[in-house]
Amino acid sequence: MLSKRIIVCLDVREGKTTKGIRFKGNVDIGDPVAMAKEYYEQGVDELVFYDITASSDDRKILIDVVDRVAQNIFIPFSVGGGVRDVSDMYRVLDAGAEKISVNTAAVLNPPLISEGAKFFGNQCIVLGMDAKGVDTSEAIPSGYEVWINGGRTPTGIDALAWAREAEDRGAGEICLNSIDTDGTNEGYELILTSLISGALSIPVIASGGAGRPEHVRDVFLEAGADAALIASMVHYGHYRVGQIKSYLSGEGIAVREVI
Amino acid sequence: MKGMTSIIDYRAGNLRSVRRALLHLGVPCRITDKPLEILSSERVIFPGVGAAGKAMETIQSLGLDEVIREVVKSGTPFLGICLGAQIILDNSEEGDTDCLNLIPGRVRRFPASDLKIPHMGWNTMKITKGHPILHGIDEKAQFYFVHSYYAEPARDDDVIATTEYGIDFASIVGRGNIVATQFHLEKSGRQGLAILENFSKWDGRAG
Repeated sequence: MLSKRIIVCLDVREGKTTKGIRFKGNVDIGDPVAMAKEYYEQGVDELVFYDITASSDDRKILIDVVDRVAQNIFIPFSVGGGVRDVSDMYRVLDAGAEKISVNTAAVLNPPLISEGAKFFGNQCIVLGMDAKGVDTSEAIPSGYEVWINGGRTPTGIDALAWAREAEDRGAGEICLNSIDTDGTNEGYELILTSLISGALSIPVIASGGAGRPEHVRDVFLEAGADAALIASMVHYGHYRVGQIKSYLSGEGIAVREVI
Repeated sequence: MKGMTSIIDYRAGNLRSVRRALLHLGVPCRITDKPLEILSSERVIFPGVGAAGKAMETIQSLGLDEVIREVVKSGTPFLGICLGAQIILDNSEEGDTDCLNLIPGRVRRFPASDLKIPHMGWNTMKITKGHPILHGIDEKAQFYFVHSYYAEPARDDDVIATTEYGIDFASIVGRGNIVATQFHLEKSGRQGLAILENFSKWDGRAG
């Protein structure tokens, strides 16, 4: 039986992870390569690195990070942030990432999804989408609007329509982040996740709001997510990946046992 | 070349990931499309991601189909991964592609159902036939899959393990010195590396 995936997200700036990470043990705090190894050892199913830098110098540092991660961990990982064209995608994949996440660049230039899928295969292209609840309107019938630029700019685009378009254009997966629940630690946006997951035939990764293992359970059982993105609940040392998985397994959810 | 593993370069996407995994295990390897280098290797790995039709086209245009047949005939241990586990059969439904005819059977698309396609993520397998590359592998181990098509060998005897995703499909196939996994050994954590390591010690004799 296919397992539900637990994905840990690392925000990287200037070659370092940005959140104040408090690991127990001897992990270099803030070194994304050491953190990736730590989570790999803990049994995470996948990792995501978001490059939140702007300059091209920093981007070269990120490629170096990707390369070093790829030499040390042997599970899939994706990279997002600052990927604007097929040659950016190539550099990230060539350095060893499994998938590329596109967000703002895909909204501004939707053919980027199809071009990436054509060059590298659908499984390589993840649409990252930041959505926020709004009143339903003619333009936004689902009641969820797509925001870009790291959740700073509204687009007037309907989240459900955009998710469907991305699937049609060849995205292999959608990473769906709720702006409303992001950073709250109070649980995922179950209605949004359920809406998008139920409408698409590609896997949906739920993101934003995970604070406790119960939240992860809910997004799998109640919202039909295929994977759950977590960050602060493990970064701050409150939980280990294995602990979350044991809990989910006890709740009857298929997860990968770490062997 | 003694001790050398060649990864067949037909411009597929995961060649470098496979190389990284081998280097991590301390296995000397090279990515190559040169017939002499491939034919003189101690072991050969045939990875792959992408579409069957395009892959077969590239393989034929580089003359690698004959090289692969030669490798298999010579008894050299040969490992297919993902797409490399599909195009060793006779034919693929993906673009109705004629494949390499190394193991009788065909490649089929997952039937339409409520399940999402591709089959993407970690799944278990049931070992149906012992094989040296599975030595020490835990029966609860899970492996990383990404695929919409699966191998369907004509003979049950060529199936080494099956995985359930709506249907039971062959997740490892093998015959003689050929063995092939549908899942990505290079992305399946420690247990994936363990299979790769077993392959790197295998003499090409099944059982």
